[in-house]
Parts: sequence; C-alpha cells; structure tokens
Amino acid sequence: MAGTQVNPTRMELTRLKKKLTTATRGHKLLKDKRDELMRQFLDRVRENRRLREEVEAGILAANKNFLLARAGTQDPVMNTALLAPKQRVSLECGVENVMSVEVPKFTFKTRTPNRHDIFSYGFAFTSGDLDGAVQSLQDIFPQMLKLAECEKACQLMAAEIEKTRRRVNALEHVVIPELQENIRYITMKLDENERSTQIRLMKVKDMMLQEAHGYETF
Amino acid sequence: MYRIAVMGDRDSIYGFAALGLEVFPIFDREEAVRQLHSLTQREYAVIYITEALAAQLPEELERLAERKLPAIIPIPGVLGNTGMGMLNVKRSVEKAVGSDIIFNDGK
Repeated sequence: MAGTQVNPTRMELTRLKKKLTTATRGHKLLKDKRDELMRQFLDRVRENRRLREEVEAGILAANKNFLLARAGTQDPVMNTALLAPKQRVSLECGVENVMSVEVPKFTFKTRTPNRHDIFSYGFAFTSGDLDGAVQSLQDIFPQMLKLAECEKACQLMAAEIEKTRRRVNALEHVVIPELQENIRYITMKLDENERSTQIRLMKVKDMMLQEAHGYETF
Repeated sequence: MYRIAVMGDRDSIYGFAALGLEVFPIFDREEAVRQLHSLTQREYAVIYITEALAAQLPEELERLAERKLPAIIPIPGVLGNTGMGMLNVKRSVEKAVGSDIIFNDGK
C-alpha cells in the first residue's frame, strides 16, 4: 500500500480494474510512441551532425575569403559595397508532424527571381576576392537553412522524447504497480469478509439447532 | 512570411547581408539580450547567432529552445569554431536518449 486509503468495495474494485486496463493500454501506446520517436530522432540527429559539419566548414572557408577580401580592400569601400543589399530572403514556414511533434519546415524565397543575384556592388572598385567570398557564403546558404530546420526539429523532438519517457516510466513503475497492489488488497479484503460471513452463519445455525433440538455441538 | 536574422559581432556576419539576410551587429551582452527579445517578438523564423555571442546568453537560448519558432542556430564566427554548435546537438541526444550514442566514436 502506498499510504493511500482504498475502500474495499466491489464498486471500487471495478473502478480500479478499469483504470488498470486504461493504464496498461496507455503504457503500451506511449512506449510505441517513444520507440518510433527515438528511431526518427536518431536519423535526424545524424543528418543534423552531417549538416553542421558541412556548414561549419563552409562558413570557415567563407570567413577566410572575407578576410582576404578585406585585406585587399579599404574599409569604406567594403562597407559601401555591402551597404545596400540587392537580394532579400524571405521564408515560408510549414509544419511537419512527426509523431505529434510539430516541427517547422522552411522553404525560402528570394526577392529577385534569380537567387544568385547577390552582388550588391559594381565590380569596378572591389577586389575579386570579395566576389568569391560572397559567392562561397551563398553556396553554403541552402545547407544553413536545412541545418536550421533539422536542428530545431531535433531540439523539439528531444524535449518530446524526454517527456514521453518520463510518462512511460511513471506508468510502468508507479501507476500500474500501485493499481495492481490496490486491486490485490481489495480482493483479499472481500474474500476475507465473505469467509467471515460464512463462519458467522454456520455458528448461528449451530446455536439455533442446539436451542431447538438439543443437538450437541463440539 | 518570415524573415531570417543574423546576430553577432560585425566582422563575422556582414557577409550575410549580401545574401539578403538581415544582420544585427551586436557589441555587448545587454544589447544582445534586448535585440534577441525584440527579434523573437517579430516574424523571424530563423536567427543565426555566432557561437561567441551564444555562449553569453545560455539561459535566453534555453528558454527559446522550447518554442516552435524561432530556430536559433549557433554558427562559427570569424574567430573560429568553438565547437559549441556540435555540443548543443550532443546535448539534445543526451536529453533524448539518456546518454550520448552518436558522438562517442572516439572523436
């Protein structure tokens, strides 16, 4: 008994039995949910790792290019060149449902039809290094967006898996054993009551027989 | 229609402006907190943040990780890769699985 008082009645017994069925079914379902979530999560996390390695390498390379470009260009020239961006990216955000976890799905749109239209400056006064630098960043951008999607999905799924795991454990180790224990207790108590009623009746019968006919009892 | 923001020190992020992302150069922590707060109120779906800056705002990022949007993604800055982005991925594996089973391949 976990310290709680249960009424040893038939009604309570039926109620607890129903509760136990629900809990068992819930436990099974949650366990399945956890397993499937875990499988998908592991796939995604591997993808996430691959993307991150790719993006980090890409950004590192782009940064190197930018450094070179800055070394070859004066600061004001550089600033003017990048002052007014020509391109503008906007996102369409959909929702993907992965085992009842809603993860975002991004598709990006650029303002000008050609998404490679990224050079916001004339080529006359800047060094060629800057073109290369901007281009290298542009090349890695689709991966960066995928990374954002994937990483967010991983975070959300990790939180959901943790929650589901706790629920499964709570059902498995607390709720279900407690219900079983209570059911056992009530069954015992009811049996005991029945036996005691039986004995009382036998005793009364003996007493009445003795009174009426003088039968000897033990 | 959502937008994309990039936060960090100016040298690390100005290149992204050319791609059409919106850059927000940040100089100190207070400004970062304020800017992050105002960005999350508006329609930004993805916020890239340099690892150096992200390291200064752990609790803000922790809080936002639970939300569906925005996705806040650490990227390496001009000072190099601190490994913080990978660490975050690792942490979410630990959170989900209980122990790290993806990254423990001797790296």
